[in-house]
Order: sequence, then structure tokens, then C-alpha cells
Amino acid sequence: MSTTTITHDEEHHDHPTGIMRWLTTTNHKDIGTMYLTFSLIMFLVGGAMVLGIRAELFQPGLQLMKPEFYNQLIGVHALIMIFSALMPAATGFANWMIPLQIGAPDMALPRLNNWGFWLLPPSAILLTLPFTLALFGIGDGAIATGWTFYPPLSVQGGIGVDFAIFAVHLLGISSVMGSINIIVTLFNMRAPGMTLMKMPMFAWGWLITAFLLVATIPVLAGAVTMLLTDRHFGTHFFSAAGGGDPIMFQHLFWFFGHPEVYILLLPVWGFIPQILQTFSRKPMYGYKAQVYSLWAIGALSVVVWAHHFFTAGMPVPALLYFMYSTMAISLPLAVLFFCWIKTMWRGSMTFETPMLFAVGWIILFGIGGLTGLVLADVAADAQYHNSYFVVAHFHYTLFAGGIMGIMAGVYYWLPKMTGHMYNEKLGKVHFWLTAIAFNMTFIPQFFLGLAGMPRRIPDYAIQFTEFNEISTIAAFALGFSQLLFVYNIVMCVKGGKKATDKVWEGAVGLEWTLSSPPPYHSFTEQPTVN
Amino acid sequence: MASHLENQYFVPHGSIYPSILSVGLLTMASGFIFSVAIDKSKDLAYLQSPGKWMMILGAVITTAMVFKWMGAVITESLTNKYKGWEDKSFRIGMITFICSEVAFFMAFFGTLFYMRIISIPDLAGYDADITPYKNFLATWPSQGPGGIVLGNEFKVNAGMEFMKPWGLAAINTGLLLTSGATITWAHWALIKNNRTQLILGMFATVALGIAFLACQAVEYHEAYTHMGLTLGSGAYGATFFMLTGFHGFHVTLGTIMLIVILIRCMKGHFTPEHHFGFEGVAWYWHFVDVVWLGLFIFVYWL
Repeated sequence: MSTTTITHDEEHHDHPTGIMRWLTTTNHKDIGTMYLTFSLIMFLVGGAMVLGIRAELFQPGLQLMKPEFYNQLIGVHALIMIFSALMPAATGFANWMIPLQIGAPDMALPRLNNWGFWLLPPSAILLTLPFTLALFGIGDGAIATGWTFYPPLSVQGGIGVDFAIFAVHLLGISSVMGSINIIVTLFNMRAPGMTLMKMPMFAWGWLITAFLLVATIPVLAGAVTMLLTDRHFGTHFFSAAGGGDPIMFQHLFWFFGHPEVYILLLPVWGFIPQILQTFSRKPMYGYKAQVYSLWAIGALSVVVWAHHFFTAGMPVPALLYFMYSTMAISLPLAVLFFCWIKTMWRGSMTFETPMLFAVGWIILFGIGGLTGLVLADVAADAQYHNSYFVVAHFHYTLFAGGIMGIMAGVYYWLPKMTGHMYNEKLGKVHFWLTAIAFNMTFIPQFFLGLAGMPRRIPDYAIQFTEFNEISTIAAFALGFSQLLFVYNIVMCVKGGKKATDKVWEGAVGLEWTLSSPPPYHSFTEQPTVN
Repeated sequence: MASHLENQYFVPHGSIYPSILSVGLLTMASGFIFSVAIDKSKDLAYLQSPGKWMMILGAVITTAMVFKWMGAVITESLTNKYKGWEDKSFRIGMITFICSEVAFFMAFFGTLFYMRIISIPDLAGYDADITPYKNFLATWPSQGPGGIVLGNEFKVNAGMEFMKPWGLAAINTGLLLTSGATITWAHWALIKNNRTQLILGMFATVALGIAFLACQAVEYHEAYTHMGLTLGSGAYGATFFMLTGFHGFHVTLGTIMLIVILIRCMKGHFTPEHHFGFEGVAWYWHFVDVVWLGLFIFVYWL
């Protein structure tokens, strides 16, 4: 039994207020709030870009923009959504909730934590600045290669590519610093008695995510650095004339890029089971099986990367290896799905907004996973590759599996964070609008892809018109229904019904033992877990 | 956890350094982009000179903030803010950071292996009649098959020489391995509380680090002026300079950190029980050392 207090170096000073509070803060809740706010803003920015894309695709032919600008929008949309919306949201929850869930006074390295966040706004500036510069006649706009930076297009591109390269560098430093902080916090700051196998699932999800980030983000940094030297210093890493190979970039990129998918999803796989157990009012099913499955998926994710470019040209044994190893991921994932469903089985379930999102998430993410299994098939992939089928597939995994999962988390923890209940009715409306509009946006895209519509092209053949129109209308509905989400959050922060400490009847875990909202310095005395 | 005898975890007060550091990095990155913008468009030539100044300004801000930040950490360490619990955080953090650095070098080693095992033999395998790569021998070291790609002709420089392992590179291996030994010798002295041996060991380590960098500078000068080996000399030149260049950059950072530690040793900042600053830098130095062994074997020797 050790009682723990933190040294309040801050007690000797007055808290800085206004902007200085946020610029200088070392408090995990402040930093978590900044991450989440930044993520929400960038989610709207990235969403606005995609509405431009969908508007252009409403009809065949070119209506609103030049193809170059269209290409810039798709690349920056992806980079923003992945690096500036989804990842910061997960990191924001990690900052807010991990110390509360494991009974820690704060994150282990608070100043590093602050740096991790403050690298994000500069990187967002670097990503979007080229648009503004182009307006003043400097350069030809943002990166127009898609988010994957494939050479030779990225070697030929304008200064937008350089800006994106450095944005990725800053984002990479931010992610690695955040991961170091989370790894240290989870290994060193757990409350007495909380062994690793007693950690909440969210902590497990993030621990494996952090390991993946530390192992793969530096590889991306190396790859884009070589791109930079190919662009400006005459190296030939990705040019055959000098003995290099553009396909090598694809290997390096996807060595990072595939684990990145799990980096985005593992934190969600962490807190969804917690939400399911809360609203099923029975303990999580198969805790150990879930932890081992998360490890298995994390480990497999770094050895399957080449399934993203089966059609680029590889020896047949390599194709077979990457196909079978990719399909092997579905085994631990099936274990997870089984555990999630079994957690709900015969529970006394209620369907508050977080639960609605969690259950909807299981179904929609399931579709994303199954369509991924199809794409992993080398023979079938020749047909699907670079078609709208792929676009629909990864939106099922990253919008449904990622963003909608994050939304479940927002509704679940918002009362704890703000001390107020959100508007439940509005939350439910938001869920149904999102779920319906999302499916209406992307189900047509599966069919478009199967019929042969290629991705990343602003124009298409006339026979694709109707499905594209449905998709565009639904995309606008999806976009505008997110304003309900923003409104609900803002109103919840400003006031509303007081939330109890436990908030949810079935809630389990240390974070629910604190007041709502928790005090500025939580767990100044570390609790003991039995 | 039960092992925490000290029951206070130190949470530092707010700090402005991290956010200004980010501004410094943003300035440096944008400045760099503007200073090389001319490569992609002649219209942007006027950005080159302001870009350079911006880059310098960014570098100054970044460096200043790193020193201020580390200075704050040193002050906190000297006023006994850090005890066993915080110390463990720093240790796990440093190990994780070094792992991420290993992953960074893995990208470049991966590139080297890919080029040697896959892309170079591949290029030799194509039918000479349908490619511009006639009479290309797929041997390493290679400077590429030559030809025209993206409108730029890549000319093979017939007189180009390659790096030999048993010259400067072997000397450099010796220097770095010796420095690994001297820093351990200094660490033993620190544990035994022997100040003279500590400072001597640290001084030797710094000197060996600087000697290594000097040798590398000579090697690069030779490569560019006499051997015709440049960044632009195809697969071999690109991987050689990228791998040794990033390693040299890490040695430079490591040497600066060693100098800071040497000064702190002379000021008597470390005690036999409490000297994570020393150990962290020593770990980093050993990491740099191990990377060099990889370079010596795969870049120079095999």
C-alpha cells in the first residue's frame, strides 16, 4: 500500500490563463482536450474537402475544378483525416483516459506530452499552406499524388510535395513522442496492484498501437526523406536509371502504411469492449483472448504490407505469402468479434448513444473487414485494385471502424470529461443519420468499383452516373449531420444535466470512481487495485 | 507499484519551450522548402534567399529551445525533483526512443538490401533490345545502368571509385569501438566516485567522437573531389551517403551531448547513485556505435 501524491510544482505559481495556459500546459487533461478539439476541427476541414470531391463527382465530366485541384483535394483529405483527425482523436482519449484508467497522477513525461500536441498545428499548416500560396501565385498547390506519395509522380510534383513531406516529418515526431509517453506511462505509472493483465482494454489497445508507431513511423520518415533527396539532391533511390526502383518506395511506404491501419483501429478495439460491457451490464467476455488477439494482430500487421500493391509486380511466391499472411489476420480478428458479441450475449442491454454507435460499429466494421478479405485475394485483387471498391472498403474500416468508433468513445466519456450529460435524443438522431447516410454513401461505391470505376479520377463513364449521384447526396447528408455532433458537444461543454460520478449504471473502472468532471490533478493519491 | 519507495511523482509546471520548439521546426521546414523551390520551378528563384534566412532562423530557435528545455530538466535534476520513480520513466522513455531510431536506420538498410538483392539484378535481367540499359552488369557496387528517366539523362561515370573497407573506414571503426570502451570506463569511474578517471574517460570519448567526424569529413572530401563518388552516383552513391550521412549526423548530435555531459561531470552534477543523464547519453552513444558496425559490414566491407 503506497499512497502517492504528485509534487505540485504548479502550486507555487498561479495557473496561467488564456492562451498561455494552453501553450504551456503539462496537464494530461488539458493536452487531451487540445488533441480532441484539434481533431474535431480537422475532421470538419477534411470533410469539407471531400464534399468538394463528391460535388465534382455528382455528374460525369468536369464541372467545378481542374483535375490537378481534384488530385490535391483527395491527397490532402486523406492525410488530414488520417494524421490530423483520427490519430489525434485516439491520442486525445489516451491522454484523457489512460491516467484515469490506470490510477496515475498524470502522464509520465508531461512536457514531452505538450510538445507532442504542439507539433500538430504546424504540420496542419504545412499540409494546407500550399493551397493559400497557390492563390498568391507561389507554386501550384498542395500535394497531388494522393496520400501515398508514390514516385515518380511525387518526384516530379511541385512544392506541395515538399510541404507534405515535412508535414509527415512533424506528424511522425509527434506520434513517436506521444507513443513514448504512453509506453512509459503504462509501464511505470500503473496503480499498485494493477498488473498488466488487469489493465483496461483501452490501455492494451494503446500499448500495442504505441509499439507499432515506434516501429513503423521512422520507416516512413526515412522513405519520405529519400523522396526529398531524389527530388532535390540528385539521388536515384526511386529511379531505375540509377539502379533504384519506384516499387521500393511502395514497400517502404506500406511497411508503415499497413500497420497504420491498425494504429488507427487498435485504440478503438480497446474502448469498444468497455462500452459493450458497460451497457450489457456484465463483465467483458474473453479478456485474455482479446489481449492475445490484439498482440497477434499487431505482430501480423508488420509482415503483410505488400497486399496493397499486388498488381505492381512481384514474384508469385511473394504474392502467395502476402495473401496468406494477410488472411491470417482475420483469425485473431474473428476471435475479437466473437468476444464482442459474446459480451453482449444475454446481457441486460440498453441502447444509449454510445452503445448504439458501438453496436453499429461492430456491423459496419465487420463489412469493412470482410471486404478486406476479398481484396487480400491475389486473383480477385487484379479486378478490385485501384477501383472504388477499395475506396468503399477503407471507408468502412476507417470511417465506420475508426471515426464512428471514436464517436462512441466521445459520447461514452463526454459526461465524465465535462460533468454534464449530452442531449441523448440528439445523440441518437446523430447516430441514425450518420449510419444511414454513411451506408448510402459507400454501398453504391462497392458496386461502382465492381463495375470498373477507377479511383482518383475526377471524371467517369456515363453508366456510373446514378450511383455517383446517390453517393454524393448521401455524402452531403453525412457531412451536415456531423454538425449535430459538434452542436451536441458544444452544448454539453457549456452546460446541461449534471452527470453523476459513475455516469452509466454498468460502468466499471477507475475513471468512474472520480468526480465528473475529474479534478485538475486526479489521483493525487494512487488507488490500490485488488 | 510496490517498488515506488518515493511516493511523489514530479509533474513539472507549464513550459513554453515545447510550443516554441514546434514553431522553430515549422520555420526551419518552410525555409528549407523555399530555399530548394527553384529545383521545381524557375519562377520561384526569388524565394531561395529568404528561404535560407528562414531556415537559419528556424534552426536558431530550435537549438535555443532544446538547450532551454534540457537546461530546465538539469535544474530540476539538481534540485532533487527526480527520484527513483521519475528516473525509471526516463529510462523506459530513452530505450523506446532508441528503438525508434533503430527503425529509422532500418529504412535505409532495407533500401540498401532491396537495391542489391532485387532492383539491380532485376535491371540486368531485362532484354537489352527493349530497354535503354544496354551492357549493364548487375554487380555491386553499382552506379546504375544509366539511361534517360523523366527526361533526365543519367550518365555512368566510368572512372568512379568505390569505398574500401580497410582504409579510413577501418580506422573509424577502431575510433568508435574505442570510444565505446572509454565511455564505459568513465561510467565505472562514476560509480566508484572517481572524478579524475571520469573526466579523463569522458574527455577521451569526446575526442574520439570528434576524430571520427574529422575522418568522415576527409572521406567525403575525397569522395567528391577525387573519386567521383557523389550523392548522384546512382544506387551506390545514394545509399552510401544516405547511410553514412545520417549516421554522421547522429554522431554529431551524440558528440554535442557528450560535451554537455563532460561539462556536467566537471561541475560535479552526477552522483554514483543518480546519473541518468550520463547513462542516457552513453546508451545513445552505444547505439550509434552499433549502427556503425552495421555500416562497416554492409556498406564498406561486403
